[in-house]
Formats: sequence, C-alpha cells, structure tokens
Amino acid sequence: MPRLIIGPFNRVEGDLEVTLDVDDGVVRTAWVNSPLYRGFEQILVGKEPLDALVVAPRICGICSVSQSVAAARALAAASNLMPPPNGLLAGDLIGACENLSDHYTHFHVFFMPDLARDAYAGRAWHAAMRERFAAVHGSSIRAALAARAGFMKLMGYLAGKWPHTLTLQPGGSARPIEAAEKLRLSMLLGEFRSDLETRLFGDRLEAIAAIDGVAALTAWMDARAPASSDFRLFLEAAYDLELHRVGRATDHFLSYGAYAGTQDGRLFPSGHWQAGRLAVFDVATVTEDVSHAWMNGPAEPLPPTQGVTQPLADKTGAYTWCKAPRLAGQVVETGALARQVVAGHPLALDMVTRHGGSVTARVVARMIELARVLPAMEAWVKALKPGEPFCLPYARPPEETMAVGLTEAARGSLGHWLHIRQGRIHGYQIIAPTTWNFSPRDAAGTPGALEQALVGLPVAAGETTPLMVQHVVRSFDPCMVCTVH
Amino acid sequence: MNLLWLQSGGCGGCTLSLFNADVRDLPATLAGCGIDLLWHPSLSEASGADAVNLLRDCIEGRVALDILCLEGAVMRGPQGSGRFHMLAGTGEPMMAWVRRLAAVARHTVAIGSCAAFGGVTRGGSNPGEACGLQYEAEEAGGLLGEDFRSPSGLPVINVAGCPTHPNWVIETLAALAQGTLGVDDLDGFARPRLYADHLVHHGCTRNEYYEFKASAEKPSDLGCLMENMGCKGTQAHADCNIRLWNGEGSCTRGGYACISCTEPGFEEPGHPFAVTPKVAGIPVGLPTDMPKAWFVALAALSKSATPKRVRDNATADHQIVTPRTRRTGLK
Repeated sequence: MPRLIIGPFNRVEGDLEVTLDVDDGVVRTAWVNSPLYRGFEQILVGKEPLDALVVAPRICGICSVSQSVAAARALAAASNLMPPPNGLLAGDLIGACENLSDHYTHFHVFFMPDLARDAYAGRAWHAAMRERFAAVHGSSIRAALAARAGFMKLMGYLAGKWPHTLTLQPGGSARPIEAAEKLRLSMLLGEFRSDLETRLFGDRLEAIAAIDGVAALTAWMDARAPASSDFRLFLEAAYDLELHRVGRATDHFLSYGAYAGTQDGRLFPSGHWQAGRLAVFDVATVTEDVSHAWMNGPAEPLPPTQGVTQPLADKTGAYTWCKAPRLAGQVVETGALARQVVAGHPLALDMVTRHGGSVTARVVARMIELARVLPAMEAWVKALKPGEPFCLPYARPPEETMAVGLTEAARGSLGHWLHIRQGRIHGYQIIAPTTWNFSPRDAAGTPGALEQALVGLPVAAGETTPLMVQHVVRSFDPCMVCTVH
Repeated sequence: MNLLWLQSGGCGGCTLSLFNADVRDLPATLAGCGIDLLWHPSLSEASGADAVNLLRDCIEGRVALDILCLEGAVMRGPQGSGRFHMLAGTGEPMMAWVRRLAAVARHTVAIGSCAAFGGVTRGGSNPGEACGLQYEAEEAGGLLGEDFRSPSGLPVINVAGCPTHPNWVIETLAALAQGTLGVDDLDGFARPRLYADHLVHHGCTRNEYYEFKASAEKPSDLGCLMENMGCKGTQAHADCNIRLWNGEGSCTRGGYACISCTEPGFEEPGHPFAVTPKVAGIPVGLPTDMPKAWFVALAALSKSATPKRVRDNATADHQIVTPRTRRTGLK
C-alpha cells in the first residue's frame, strides 16, 4: 500500500508529521507524529512551586495565558486560595482575549489560505477567496493581523504583555485596573466588535450567536450574497466542498468548563458529551498511556498524578513523542466545538447530530465563540471595581501536596497536575488540548481523534500533501508545542 | 532580501509576538523594509514537500538565502543525536538542516532567547540538550561555534527576549536589508544595540517608588519591585519601558518583576524568580554601574525621606494618597 509521509505541516502551531497509508485514492490508516520534544515536565522538577508561573507559559507562545491559568489554578488549589472577584474577572478577560485572538488568527491566517489555493481555481467563490485569503497577501489576512494587534492591546493593560505574562497569580491578578483604564478597555472591545461585525460576519454578534440550527444557518446564508462577509464566504466554500461531511472523529466531546468569573457560574459548563448524552466530567478518570510514545513507562495507563516522563528514543513500536490521554479509556475530542456542544449551543448540537464532528462544524464553533464571548467580555469589563482588591498575597503551599489546575484553552481542555514534595515541585504532568486530539494509538491499538478523522479521506493522483487532509488537520487548530511539551 | 524563518525548540511565541506589531499592515511593513518572505511556518501557503524543496533550493544555491531566522533553541539530544527535533517529512534532525542553511545564508538571526542562548528550553537539567545558535547561556559556542561568521562577516545576531519584541525584529531585519547593521551595532552578546543599549528600568512607571526605595511586598502592590519581588530591571538590557508592549504594556507595568529575559541564562537565576535574593537585607543584584556603598547610602537616605504618599501607596493596589493639589500654582 503506498505510504505518504507529510511534513513539515505549516500554519499549525509547532511541528507536525502525518503518515498515511493510501489505497485506491483513499486514506486507509493514519499515524500522527509530534516530532519535537523539549522536556518541560522534566525542567519543572525540583523548582520552587511558584516558578511554574514563569516556566509553564513558555511551553506555548499561542496558548501562553492558558498555561498560566492552569499553573495558577494548580498553585491556588495547593495553597487553598480563592482570588477576589476583580481577580477572577481580570483572569477571565485575559484568558478570553487569548482564546478569541487564537480563534481569529486560526480562521484568517492558518485555515482559510488553503481554500485560496490554485487547486480550487474553477470554483465560483475562488476569485473572492484568492483576493481575501491568499497566504500572506490576502486583504482579509492583512486586515485581520492589524485588528488582532489592536485587540491584543487589552493584554498591554491587563497583563503587561503577551505572550508570557506573570500577571496571573494564584491569588488573582497582579495588575489592578484604574477607572480610566476600564474606559479604554471598553473602547478596545468596541473596536474589535466593529471589525468582527463589519468584515468577518457582516452582522451583529448577537445575531450570529442566536443562529439556532443548520436550518437557521442556511437561511442566514440565503439572505446574503456569497462574498458579503468572510464568514459567509467560508460557508459558501465549505458547503460547496461538503466539508461538513469530512473529518469526523469519535464524536465524544470533552470540556473542562470555561470562564469562572461570572456571578452566575461558568459561562460554558464542564462535561463530556456522546450520542446525545451529557455526562459529568470526573478528573479521576483521566489517564495517559505511553505504549506508542517514545517514552519509558509501564504498560498500563497511569493517572497524571502518577505520571512519569522519561524519553526513550529507541522504543520499538513508538512513533511520536506524544502520550495517549484517555477519558475512562475513551478517545475524546476537545476544542471550541466540544465546548459549545457541552454548553448546549443549538447550532453546534445540530451540526454534530447530523454529521458528527466535521471541518465545517469545528470552524463554525469558533465563530460562535467569537460571537458569544466578546459580549461577555464587555460585561466583565463593566463589572471590574477599581479600588477593590485584585489579588491576595501568595500563600506558600504545604510541603507535601498534590493539586490540579484545569482550564479551557482556545483549542480545548488543558490540565496541569502538580505534585509538591519537601516544598519543591516533585512532579508536573501536563495534558494539553492537542495531546487529546492528536493522540497516538493506545495499548489496545485504538487510534487518536485525528488519526480516526483522516481515515477515508480522498487523495488525488499525484498529491503529495493531500488538500483534504490539510483541511481536516487544520480544522482542529492543532498546537503542537503544547501537545508535547 | 529573501528571508527564511524556521522554528525549533521553542514555543512559537516570538512569531506570535511579531504579529502584535503595531502597524497597519504587517506584510506591507516587511515588504517596505525590503524583506521578501520565502517561507514562514505560520504564514506561508507551501506545506510538506513544497516546503522541503524550498529548503533544498536554498542549500544548493538555486534560491538566494539572504536572511535565515531561527526561532527556538537547537535540540541536540538525546546524546547529541538531534532526534528530539526531527524536521517533519525529512527524517533528518532540525539541527542538521539549520547547520546547512546557516552555512549559505548571508545573515543568520536568532529570534528570541531560546535561539540565541538556549532560553527556558535549556532550563532545569536541560533534558533536551538545548542550546542557542552561537551561545549556550553565557558561553560562546552553541550549535555553530564561537568562530562562526555568516558569509556577511557578522556573527549570529541575537534578537534576544522571551518573547522578543516585534519592533526589535522588524528593525533588525530592516537594518540588515539596508546594509546598515555592522558588528559595532551589536553588543557583547551580539544583541542589536538598537534595543540592548537601554535598561528595562529606563522609563519604568515605578521610578518614584524606586527613588525612595518604597517597595512592593505582594503581587498587585504599586511600589518598586526591586527590593522584594525579584525585579532585575536596573540590570537587564532592553528598552521595554520606552518602547512598550501590546500598546501600553511592559512587565513592570503588568504588575510583575522583570526577569531579565533578554539576558543569557535568565532561565536559571539560582533563586525563585519572584523573590529578590539578599545578603544582610541588601539585594544582591544592584544596578550594574553604581558603586555598592553609594547605593546603600542613598537607599538609607531616601528611605528616611520617603513622602507618606509614596510610602502608603507602595503597598496598596491603588493610590490611597493622591498627589496634593496646591492653590498657589506651580512655581
């Protein structure tokens, strides 16, 4: 059976290699390889616990704040700290700014340029696509980079800089916001809203968030010219290429729950969803298996509280540095689509009920989040109370303790498992969103989510880097530097 | 000038930081500097075989390579094999590709502290055997060796920072494209002096607290971060408080210490990052070019002269005493 080894895979964060067995123009088997190992879990061992706030974010330059949040939450849990309301709101604003910026960057810079490729030159939508989304030079990419940089000025106020801030502390936020700064934050959000509503959606955010199913989405499309907005143009191409029928993985979706700082509980709840049933997420059911990773370790999967990270480059049968996380033994998918399915958004639910997780559903879910989270950010800024505390003093954790910090990064569920012994970090295990999505096979031979999603995709004669494979890979918005850390 | 940008043992954050550039049109800005982007992992269309072919074209001279940028540390492990980072699709260690490309590139630029010195990737026990292109922390050497010079005659140019500032990158590239960056424009660690001739302290908004040694004691306090909170702004080379980040930000403005991320070896300071090491109550890391006895004497004097406003605000998270308004007008 002919074998394709595809790499380097650009417009994903970090380095990725995909191996495909292709037969009769169809992908029969896929292996996903994360070819970079740096050893953060080893680097952290022996350090002062609070030093995790410096080291952990540097795992990833695109999910940096999410890594900070997970580390700060693990440390807060270890010290039994609960940030004051301002600290929670500031943390949510910083996290939401990163997540929305990542969704926005993914759409414009990473995903859409593939639809502008010459391979689609015959399609009715291609000229508009080419003008807006040709890699590097497309007009929408240029406009989006500028709008993104403007939006990220929120980070200048709230977090000093991005990536790699130390503002997020176990006790809250080290950056108190003054009354005048609240006004400036509101203005920056207003600017970004305007960009989303004019160029990206061509509609109010509230109207996008209210699209309550595939029928409503189709009606929304029908009421607008194909090139009337960038989202509309994406839908035109996506339905023409039937991207809602490709890229299905396990349809088992996981979310740890996102944005804690609201009065009435989380903005998006935690849970896992499969075949129409929503279940409670139990952190104790998370394990990692190293059977196909270049890692030393026992044959049976371990909970991260007992996890070990010992690279072993010459291991037989291994093909990646990535461990295989499982939820109660199951392969799950995480990310914006999972988050919106678990949160019960009617459009996300309708899409996965009809065709399962797909390229289109994953992209649409990110758009739903842009439309839902920006208004929430506007409310959080208003709720900040200058003059009231933003941060509690650091409290040293006990000399011997274990704690978990969970959060939702743009790409999905992120967890840090911290083990302190004799006042120092004794163990630090990280499971990142793309560790879930781009997991290798486990001991039972069950492939990971992307490995399943690639099976059955068409490969045209002569294609060395099949286009449909690229769409499916990028629909997950993989972050490889988080995957293996 | 043709520019090729590769990533290895880092986090990609320097690219994302570049995207924060406060310009109206980043591709146009780069083009205006005379930069032609051959390939960038986050921006370009070409994937897989097309990208690998481009690297081969550069190495074999079919495409002129003027500037090679590497982001991320060089991964030499395990046991010097480079297998901790094999360039996807090629079955070869990234460090081998980098060595071949650096040999032909007119200039080689290390983007960020990992590519320059190893950075956080060589922290702890350095499990990845990570190093920079021409340094391993403060030791010259790294992947290419102390004596390496690009065909241009320059050593590897270290645009250090974790992440690096978008304008440090853009201005360094622009100076290379204009042919105005010479060896005298680099400091002792081959960092462009266009940002490394300043200290993070310059322009710090906490300067009044520094003057009076009115110090923060916990995160979110307004006071100076040097005495207790681990701040190295008076020693770290960078213009972070002159040329701000993400609009109006910087580390000290964000409420936390400068951890001297532009300096080689910053990742292993030998003390917890958020705590200032002291001997007999005096910080060990004093401003580099100030006699210690003078610093101690002035600190004692200024502490006793601290206005109540400055002393009270230093340990608060908002101004509890505001500057007095005078009826008589300012003289």
